[in-house]
Amino acid sequence: MTALTKFLGAAATLALSAGAALAEPGLVIDLGGKFDKSFNESAYTGAQRWVEETGGDYMETELQSEAQREQTMRRMAERGANPVVVLGFANTSTLEKVAPDYPDTKFVIIDGVVEQPNVQSIIFSEHQGSYLVGMIAAMASETGTVSFVGGMDVPLIHKFACGYAQGAKAVNPDIEIVQNMTGTTPAAWNDPVKAGELTRAQIGQGSDVVFAAAGGSGVGVLQTAADEDILSIGVDSNQNYMHPGKVLTSMTKRVDNAVYNAFEMGEEIEPGINILGIQDDGVGYAVDEYNEELITDEMKSAVEEAMEGIASGEIEVHDYTSDDSCPVM
Amino acid sequence: MDFLTVIQILDSTVRLAIPLLFACLAGLFSERAGIVDIGLEGKMLVAAFFSAAVAALTGSVWLGLLAGIAAALIFALIHGLASITFRGDQLISGVAINFLASGMTVLIAQDWFSQGGRTPSLSGTGRFNSIDLPGANALEAAHAAAESPGMGLSAIYWELLSGHTILVYVGFLAVPITWWVLFRTRFGLRLRAVGENPGAVDTAGVSVVRLRYAAVLICGLLSGLAGAYLATGLAAGFTRDMTAGRGYIALAALIFAKWRPVYALGACLLFGFLQAVSNRFNVIDLGLIEIPNAFVLALPYILTVVILAGFVGKAIPPRAGGQPYVKER
Repeated sequence: MTALTKFLGAAATLALSAGAALAEPGLVIDLGGKFDKSFNESAYTGAQRWVEETGGDYMETELQSEAQREQTMRRMAERGANPVVVLGFANTSTLEKVAPDYPDTKFVIIDGVVEQPNVQSIIFSEHQGSYLVGMIAAMASETGTVSFVGGMDVPLIHKFACGYAQGAKAVNPDIEIVQNMTGTTPAAWNDPVKAGELTRAQIGQGSDVVFAAAGGSGVGVLQTAADEDILSIGVDSNQNYMHPGKVLTSMTKRVDNAVYNAFEMGEEIEPGINILGIQDDGVGYAVDEYNEELITDEMKSAVEEAMEGIASGEIEVHDYTSDDSCPVM
Repeated sequence: MDFLTVIQILDSTVRLAIPLLFACLAGLFSERAGIVDIGLEGKMLVAAFFSAAVAALTGSVWLGLLAGIAAALIFALIHGLASITFRGDQLISGVAINFLASGMTVLIAQDWFSQGGRTPSLSGTGRFNSIDLPGANALEAAHAAAESPGMGLSAIYWELLSGHTILVYVGFLAVPITWWVLFRTRFGLRLRAVGENPGAVDTAGVSVVRLRYAAVLICGLLSGLAGAYLATGLAAGFTRDMTAGRGYIALAALIFAKWRPVYALGACLLFGFLQAVSNRFNVIDLGLIEIPNAFVLALPYILTVVILAGFVGKAIPPRAGGQPYVKER
């Protein structure tokens, strides 16, 4: 093992010294695939924007299976990519193992925290973005009940739910919030049927705006909402186009900006934890031609005001993951 | 809890029970003929994919249904070939089918549609739309308008009985048909005999191999219906691994039902009901004790174990189940 590590380290040094002059950034697309309409596609878009604007080149690979994570990361580093950007919290443990072997290569992990001297960990303030869409939901609701469908029951998803509930309560303290998680196993990310059924149950309880933070299961939520003629809110990417006029807005997480900035910084990127919130344009809400008729001026001004408040620290949105509890639920 | 809530839960029960019911009846035919089938999950998954993919490409849900059934039949034939003709281990063949289905569907979906292993969303004639029984809408409108006490009961008609897709009604019809085929026809008698004592059937001059193939193909047809209902009836398109373990729950229901069609209906409705209840309530308050919904979700498995252990009645599987038939040693 030590021999192997030494060999790999030597190989890395060689590769680095060979390619030092023309270090290109590298992007490892995760399992969802390049065109997943969500997280990975957003990262890909950011990389493409960087190529268009700077004329630079970058390396890219797309993971096909869980087993390829380590191999792909190592190969990227050995080919001289710098920085290497990996996507998703599933990479955390692998990167923790790989990063020390390539001390001269910078790594960037999005949605995960790896404490190594050559890794920048990018975290998004999803609770702030969820707060904004929670406000919009409460203003759009006519029944006084809004709901949330999460994917797997993990703290990250509670972070979305809690931010959403705080936003809704900020507009209407009496509002009812119904919250359901699709499941407790990873299968919950890909169960649109159950997520749709949960949405129907929430509609039965009076909800007329539903926010889905459920990965692939979210498709079922948006579909059911459109079928049953209520409003839905998308997540991660701008999903407004999926059911025009039925998707109220989307809580956007600007993975594309994060990738763009990482590429822009190149080898100079600072290690440590980088938290992207509203003030950094890391999270927000989406308005485009598909939903502009749904978003009133009143909503817009209220949300803009809240954005300023959050940015200045005047409004504090509680982060569920900080103490595993939510004050308003 | 008002009357309408009860009806809504029962309505949800029906939707959740139907895929289980199709899969359970599929397993019933197969196991009654002595072929253990844990590949129900895989067959549902390929059927879900091909029904959604063909419906997306042609715009016709009926062509999609045919394609889904055809795909499930091909997988059933593979299982038949491995376990009947080549006398392989039926469990291993079933597991292989599940893996093959899980990988193959995503691979083909990515190749055809490039949407991260999904099919495009179906709309219009591309999916099974709900059928409103005559007068259902008028009654619902009357119910909303008038608060007279007698009107509440009408919800049974417009909420519970009306508004399902055609496959739901087919599913309920499949139960008496299965019963009639198995217990009132010569074919059914022979099929049951082949699962208990294939030697006797062979001695009577009836082909064991042909009977078992017939059973496996009927199993393919029914699991095809289950998959197509998931992707084109409940959801509007295929997502990776969207069956989410329903094939295994159907097997549990089959044991719970002691391999009998009418009991299978009861078992699937019970399992569906428990899911619907846990979807609707996060915590069930019984006055003295509070039951968390995770417990309600686990109940089907607990009940199955109790039945298998012989505490409540006895579940005796077909005696020749799992054994390949060898004519002469």
